[in-house]
Amino acid sequence: MIGPALLLLLAGLGAIAWVSARMRAMRLQAAARASGRRDAMHSLPGYHGWYVALWTVLPAAIFLTVWANVAPGMISRSVLEEPAARTLPADEFSRAAILSEARAIATGKLAAGFQPLSQPLVEPYARITGQYDMAGMTLALLLAFAGGAYAFTRVRTDFRARTRVERIVMAALLLASLLAIVTTLGIVLSLLWESFRFFSMVNPIDFLFGTKWSPQAAAQGYGTKDAFGAVPLFWGTIFIGAIIAMAVAIPLGLMSAIYLTQYASARVRKWMKPMLEVLAGVPTVVYGYFAALTIAPALRDFAVAIGISGASSESALAAGLVMGVMIIPFVSSMADDSINSVPQSMRDGSLAMGATTSETIRRVLIPAALPGVVGGVLLAVSRAIGETMIVVMAAGLAANLTANPFASVTTVTTQIVQLLTGDQEFDSAKTLAAFALGLVLFVVTLLLNIVALRVVKAYREAYE
Amino acid sequence: MSAATDAPRRNPTDWRSDVMQRRIARRYASERMFKLAGLAAVLVSAGFLAFLLISMLGAGLRGFTRTEITVKIDLPATAPGLTPATVNARSLIAANLPGVVNDAADEALGPGGAALLSPGAWLTLRDAILDDPQMVTRVETLRLPASTEIDLAAKTGGSPEAEASVERLRKAGLLSTGFNSTFLTTSDGTDPTQVGIWGAFKGSLLTMVVTLLLSFPVGVATAIYLEEYARKNWLTDIIEVSINNLAAVPSIIFGLLGLSIFLNLLHLPRSAALVGGLTLALMTMPVIVIAGRNAIKAVPPSIRDAALGIGASPVQVVFQHVLPLALPGILTGTIIGMARALGETAPLLMIGMRAFIATPPGGITDPATVLPVQIFLWSDEVSRGFVEKTSAAIIVLLVFLLAMNGLAIYLRNKFEKRW
Amino acid sequence: MAMTEEQAALMPTNPKMTARDVKVFYGPKQAINGVSIDVDMDHVTAFIGPSGCGKSTFLRTLNRMNDTVASARVEGTITLDGEDIYASSMDVVQLRARVGMVFQKPNPFPKSIYENVAYGPRIHGLAGSKADLDVIVEKSLRRAGLWDEVKDRLSDSGTALSGGQQQRLCIGRAIAVEPEVILMDEPCSALDPIATARIEELIHELRGRYAIVIVTHNMQQAARVSQRTAFFHLGELVEYGVTSEIFTNPRQERTKDYITGRYG
Repeated sequence: MIGPALLLLLAGLGAIAWVSARMRAMRLQAAARASGRRDAMHSLPGYHGWYVALWTVLPAAIFLTVWANVAPGMISRSVLEEPAARTLPADEFSRAAILSEARAIATGKLAAGFQPLSQPLVEPYARITGQYDMAGMTLALLLAFAGGAYAFTRVRTDFRARTRVERIVMAALLLASLLAIVTTLGIVLSLLWESFRFFSMVNPIDFLFGTKWSPQAAAQGYGTKDAFGAVPLFWGTIFIGAIIAMAVAIPLGLMSAIYLTQYASARVRKWMKPMLEVLAGVPTVVYGYFAALTIAPALRDFAVAIGISGASSESALAAGLVMGVMIIPFVSSMADDSINSVPQSMRDGSLAMGATTSETIRRVLIPAALPGVVGGVLLAVSRAIGETMIVVMAAGLAANLTANPFASVTTVTTQIVQLLTGDQEFDSAKTLAAFALGLVLFVVTLLLNIVALRVVKAYREAYE
Repeated sequence: MSAATDAPRRNPTDWRSDVMQRRIARRYASERMFKLAGLAAVLVSAGFLAFLLISMLGAGLRGFTRTEITVKIDLPATAPGLTPATVNARSLIAANLPGVVNDAADEALGPGGAALLSPGAWLTLRDAILDDPQMVTRVETLRLPASTEIDLAAKTGGSPEAEASVERLRKAGLLSTGFNSTFLTTSDGTDPTQVGIWGAFKGSLLTMVVTLLLSFPVGVATAIYLEEYARKNWLTDIIEVSINNLAAVPSIIFGLLGLSIFLNLLHLPRSAALVGGLTLALMTMPVIVIAGRNAIKAVPPSIRDAALGIGASPVQVVFQHVLPLALPGILTGTIIGMARALGETAPLLMIGMRAFIATPPGGITDPATVLPVQIFLWSDEVSRGFVEKTSAAIIVLLVFLLAMNGLAIYLRNKFEKRW
Repeated sequence: MAMTEEQAALMPTNPKMTARDVKVFYGPKQAINGVSIDVDMDHVTAFIGPSGCGKSTFLRTLNRMNDTVASARVEGTITLDGEDIYASSMDVVQLRARVGMVFQKPNPFPKSIYENVAYGPRIHGLAGSKADLDVIVEKSLRRAGLWDEVKDRLSDSGTALSGGQQQRLCIGRAIAVEPEVILMDEPCSALDPIATARIEELIHELRGRYAIVIVTHNMQQAARVSQRTAFFHLGELVEYGVTSEIFTNPRQERTKDYITGRYG
């Protein structure tokens, strides 16, 4: 196992390499200067130091990373070849369990084991692990010394150390940038992989178009037919996020942006614009709690008072309302930017013809700013349907296909949370359904974002 | 094509006619309504925010206080084995302080008096003794925390029996309100009078540290690469597209990613700050990249030209000239990104942070929870006493976010140079 | 600066708009310092002067476009047909329909050519029916000299036209509400010479029907299109007179210096 001691040792070696290379470079520099040529040395001594230090540490570090991933497998295989392993059962699953327990005891993580069969394996495990550790450490140190020595011999006055070091820096920057791609790939692949496994258990058509959602029934062995129809979830997501929330956010967001850009004095704008941004900064769990604690009961009482049946204390309206308020800054800030990028000459042209400010806004500015506003709305919808905490806390778990805003509906995100809570058998259709839902959510939000950005980009180019 | 096509002058519009005047009046009225609608929109938004904050404040401030009952405890009589010299943690356990407290309560407050106190009241006695060991030699009057029912009844109202007890205690002068110090020093628990946010807070802190350590270098490095060194090729395009998409992916998807890769593939410890930090780092990194790119873009090319002109290499130009100037903007963006990560709940639920954690985490691999998840867990609790605790936790969270955003704004105003 | 006797003698006898002792302030800074001038229907009036001397600022007081700038303050009296346009009884919306404006850079709305011209009549309710509106649009585009070029593509976007065509579209748009005065703020400075010539021809045709005031930094243009010229310098009206006189025999030293190109 790679202990912190080894890492410290490596770092120490790197430091020594740095210091000694630098000293040598400084000596060479002094000699070159003494010979009369001022620019004899290509790179500053510090760069030589870094060059040798990097050659000392990096190869060993890369080796250790690979070793840490590969060694446990090799150790396990060696243990299995031991005579003590012949008593192990044949099936893969219990064998792996016994091995991991033996490993845990050998490395000291576990004081005693549950399985009797693991006991005889502990000693071979400890012994072989020790051997491999020694081998790994030796190899790492050898690499460090070899790398350092090789680099040290190259320290000369005309050696372009700085160029090399800078190239390594650039490579590091590029590697860091690749992490973005790796993450995206990671998301896509993990979602696809798990969804694939899900769709081998449940027909995709049933999933995408079925109207009965009761995964609990499937878990209890009633079969997967008619248990994973996600349409009620899609409906709930759209109902709360795209309909109710937008009905709140679009008028309030757009009119706020119009007021702040066209009517408000600079002082009012200075205070109100940050206030709208604060709305976006409040954590969604706070919104969710507020919705569940205050808004939902009030709405339910209201509904009962005006005689609507089926009013629940976890209503789509409560969640949608609060979500709409949270989304206001997304709509208003995009609208603000769009309206401001309409050239002032257009506004002047309309006013000079005797139009009132509101006529100018309604007939000239908004139509001109429309692509930007639409883009903002699409981004807001994308944000709303991906929102989790507000709906988990304020909407419900009932997969209803209803248009009654006072009733309880559930959403894709709520169900993802619900399915992955509690005991997870990671192979059951129930937990894999969460990934399938995640895939749908990812694809839809991605499409919305792409369309929105394209709309906004085309609009910006029109006004450049 | 000249004015000859319509030589006689067209009748000028009669602006004074009734029709015109009415129409103009209508247009002005519509203008007023429109302006009012805009103002109303702004006020409604502000009003909602105020409503939210005030209601949280109202419910939560009470969470910082607790009702206390004055109880006389005769330590020499009820805990005879203790002397000032032998007082230590272990001997206090052996002394059965809970029993001492129950007996004292029953005696001082009447039968059933023990139920009026919080189950954790004995901890107050224990801490008092540890502070002042001489206490074991005398009869001491202590203010002990009351039970949830009494606490609620004293603050807002409760069952008739509870309210009657409150009245009785108040008349006897035994009721008082004190600062709820346990709220800031303990972790999750079963009884509302014993819970605190320290465990969740420490978990948040550890998670934030991991997030920052991972997302900041990678984010800044990516921003530098994209802005300064990347050539216009397909690889750069893919990186940019990835960043923009990642910035817009719902946070719960990152939770699914964390679950399938960090937990199931790499077998990292569940519900640990390490995994939470890794997941949030992936989520925060695009935010830092975008803020970093904007900050670097804002540095005028003349700075770079000047540096290149005296012979600096491209790496030196960036690290020694551009980056220092872009740093305030990068830091502002980072703080804002971290504030967002601090408030995130959904991805951490996915990686298992929704378990009941009764002790603060020791390191980044211990099971932990974070403040927003703690709030979520408490919001589900049935006991009414949790309402004020949840709101109080929300206040703590909001205060921290306010401080972070305030710091970001301060940095932005102080260091942002207008070129 | 009140008008001198001499100046008063030169002013037109039947003015459409009059300005007396007009001062304009942007915050604490004074941009216009006591200008008095008259504008009438029969003569095209040109405002000339070096950049930043206040010609455009003064022009914008005539249709109260300075109102859109928060820090602007106007003093003095400006009348249209005898009525003070800054009085509270004057309706700004009406005023701007009666006093139209064409801007330096053509600014057609991102709508069709038809809708651009129909904008004014629509909001002011000047057309009773679609047929009436069609008549107004055609008439305005004919008068602006654009009809033949666009009559087959009225639904094309106004921004798809060339620069000169766009400016003529803006003139047509202004004409569509039948103003009495048209203010032109350097209408040709963004156009090429051919388009400029076209617009100058247009101004000749429109003269007499509308009182036209044109701000220009091009002295030759002022000489070509106007009959009365006012020379502005540093926010003051230095000299006003018959165009040919101003350019051949200016009375003021400053005017002469400007005309002869000693400063620009």
